[in-house]
Amino acid sequence: MAEEKKPAPAGGGRANTKKELPEHFKAYKHVWVAVEIEHGEVHSVSFELLGEGRKLADKRGVELGAVVMGDDRASLDAAASACFEYGADCVYIVQDPALKHYRNETSTKVLTDLVNTYKPEILLLGATNLGRDLAGSVATTLQTGLTADCTELAIDDEGSLAATRPTFGGSLLCTIFTLNYRPQMATVRPRVLAMPDREEGRTGKIIEFDPKLVEEDIITKVLDFIADRDTDKANLPYADIVVAGGLGLGSAENFQLVKELAEVLGAEYGGSRPLVQKGWITSDRQIGQTGKTIRPKLYIAAGISGAIQHRVGVEGADLIVAINTDPNAPIFEFAHLGIVADAVTLLPALTDAFAARLRVNRLAS
Amino acid sequence: MHIVVCIKQVPDSAQIRVHPVTNTIMRQGVPTIINPYDLFALEEALRLKDRFGATVTVLTMGPPTAAESLRKALTFGADRAVLLTDRYFAGSDTLATSYALSMALKKVAEEFGKPEIVFTGKQTIDGDTAQVGPGIAKRLDYNQLTYIARIVETDTEAGTIKVERRAEGGLQVLETRLPVLVTMLEASNEMRRGSIENALIAARADVVTWNAAAVGIEDLTKCGLRGSPTIVKKVFAPTARTDKAEIVETEGKADAKAAALVEAIFAKAPAVEQELLEQAAHHYV
Ligand SMILES: Cc1cc2nc3c(=O)[nH]c(=O)nc-3n(C[C@H](O)[C@H](O)[C@H](O)COP(=O)(O)OP(=O)(O)OC[C@H]3O[C@@H](n4cnc5c(N)ncnc54)[C@H](O)[C@@H]3O)c2cc1C
Ligand SMILES: Cc1cc2nc3c(=O)[nH]c(=O)nc-3n(C[C@H](O)[C@H](O)[C@H](O)COP(=O)(O)OP(=O)(O)OC[C@H]3O[C@@H](n4cnc5c(N)ncnc54)[C@H](O)[C@@H]3O)c2cc1C
Repeated sequence: MAEEKKPAPAGGGRANTKKELPEHFKAYKHVWVAVEIEHGEVHSVSFELLGEGRKLADKRGVELGAVVMGDDRASLDAAASACFEYGADCVYIVQDPALKHYRNETSTKVLTDLVNTYKPEILLLGATNLGRDLAGSVATTLQTGLTADCTELAIDDEGSLAATRPTFGGSLLCTIFTLNYRPQMATVRPRVLAMPDREEGRTGKIIEFDPKLVEEDIITKVLDFIADRDTDKANLPYADIVVAGGLGLGSAENFQLVKELAEVLGAEYGGSRPLVQKGWITSDRQIGQTGKTIRPKLYIAAGISGAIQHRVGVEGADLIVAINTDPNAPIFEFAHLGIVADAVTLLPALTDAFAARLRVNRLAS
Repeated sequence: MHIVVCIKQVPDSAQIRVHPVTNTIMRQGVPTIINPYDLFALEEALRLKDRFGATVTVLTMGPPTAAESLRKALTFGADRAVLLTDRYFAGSDTLATSYALSMALKKVAEEFGKPEIVFTGKQTIDGDTAQVGPGIAKRLDYNQLTYIARIVETDTEAGTIKVERRAEGGLQVLETRLPVLVTMLEASNEMRRGSIENALIAARADVVTWNAAAVGIEDLTKCGLRGSPTIVKKVFAPTARTDKAEIVETEGKADAKAAALVEAIFAKAPAVEQELLEQAAHHYV
């Protein structure tokens, strides 16, 4: 139950670890991405998924479909064009006044109806609040498997979706399959996958789908939306440079050194999970599997050991620089550049050195 | 009002050690705790109890030792504990878990009254899927409210609930009808301390214990490994990158090291240097 699932013993023996797809699932074809639109804007995780979905669809020799839902024609059309340019062959447009805001009830109904009508074999969603909320309901309604927070998607030799994610607490990964149910569902967090290139002018097929929603029948009402004030809002996933600290810094005061370096570099700052638990940083600044996934051009990690849960959140960075006193720290296994040094003395020196190079004066602390 | 809080007993991640050679988790002796996210759900339920005099039932599916976590929940002020345990549940994925829990919730409804609110945590710290809450809601046909930052209002007379839900870029204010399944966001409240009085009650309390048959599960193929569409086929260590980190080796004091590191960084990422120089010029000319 709470126990980690063991891989099936070699040689099988258990019926459900073999692929024996029931007849009625054989018609399921195509790879789909459920596109996330809020306030008319497509979340970039959807484009990242289209990029990956394109590869999966090509490997399977099937179409890549995108589902867009909303109330406003112009933004739906814009979203559809963007989906084509990011690789979709076919866009399912669902327009209805009841789809103005995301609601679990309406979106679950629409997406399950679409799946039952057009039968995709793979359905991908972003592992955002919206995506997780929707994916869980849809998978339960369809009684199929859903793999959460994947870090890698692939097609195996039998044509099944191989969804890889980190296992609990260890430095291991596991690959999960939904062999005998369709669609095979998976969620992936923003920035885990690379943003695909956009092919301007690329188009495809549009299928309009009438969701037959009646507002009076929908129980949950959206009364209001309170937008966040963006003072000191971390935007780690999309930052070009990120500086982060870990327990190796020793104290909350020393974490200040990370912020100072970040300031000189115009970077976002963040940290490992224990720092959130200690209250040195807020949870929106946690980097890793259960925090933010980042893909900066430069990532500097000071006093972070490099546990797998941290690693999966930073591996997309172009250049990973590690500062650690322990030459055997796991972070040196995946950093590109490292220095064995005491971060507490090195960080201020680094801040000065960068400032000197960039000829800006270090801001008084 | 009757409220059920689903809690999961999980290994204390802070105490987990990975075997340095085999790379596997060393579970022996790792203490278990209530999934930390579930405490926000429990606290919210207890607040409703304080306000409306609700009865709070805690429910877990797990091995018999999970009774410990249930007793812990009782010390905080929950009224009743239900343990769902059966070897047939072993190896459940989220679909099989939500099935078993929803069957237990139906039985809870029969025995102790239908819950108006079922709470779960946002996610667990072990499986970490956030899928069980939505699964339960769907199976019970409860209105689903996930990532709830605040319960604004619960009107038991009118049978409505108003909440603030965390969404991209802000909070959605939602109103819906009871019964609901609510998953609470972390840090939405602060867990109270258990009282000595409750601890004494908890130590002696009966934990209602049910197996699959007791909650009316006849079709065991919906349970455990057999009832789980997802299959873990492979567990493996991440491949070490072939090129390990290039180590900047400089003798001397911190300044010398820092200067060498800056050189090395810009040598590997000239574009970053370029952008930084442009930004610097922009700001300070
Ligand atoms: C389900 C689950 C999810 C998790 N999710 C995340 C997540 O999203 N993000 C995350 O980060 N972690 C996550 N973790 C925790 C993760 O397993 C590690 O425990 C954590 O990343 C370790 O943090 P750390 O590197 O700061 O601390 P430690 O592992 O304690 O490492 C400290 C490092 O600092 C070095 N050091 C010590 N002194 C100095 C000094 N003066 N100068 C320089 N270096 C020094 C040490 O050599 C060591 O390598 C998760 C764990 C679990 C079980
Ligand atoms: C490393 C790892 C990866 C896994 N990946 C997947 C996967 O991708 N897809 C999949 O379907 N399964 C997966 N599983 C199996 C999954 O963890 C189990 O099904 C588990 O029983 C429930 O899922 P969860 O821990 O993710 O709970 P979540 O869905 O994260 O839990 C949300 C809330 O539901 C409630 N809850 C959850 N479990 C219980 C319980 N036993 N008793 C009472 N309340 C509970 C709690 O309130 C909890 O806060 C994985 C397991 C492991 C160890």
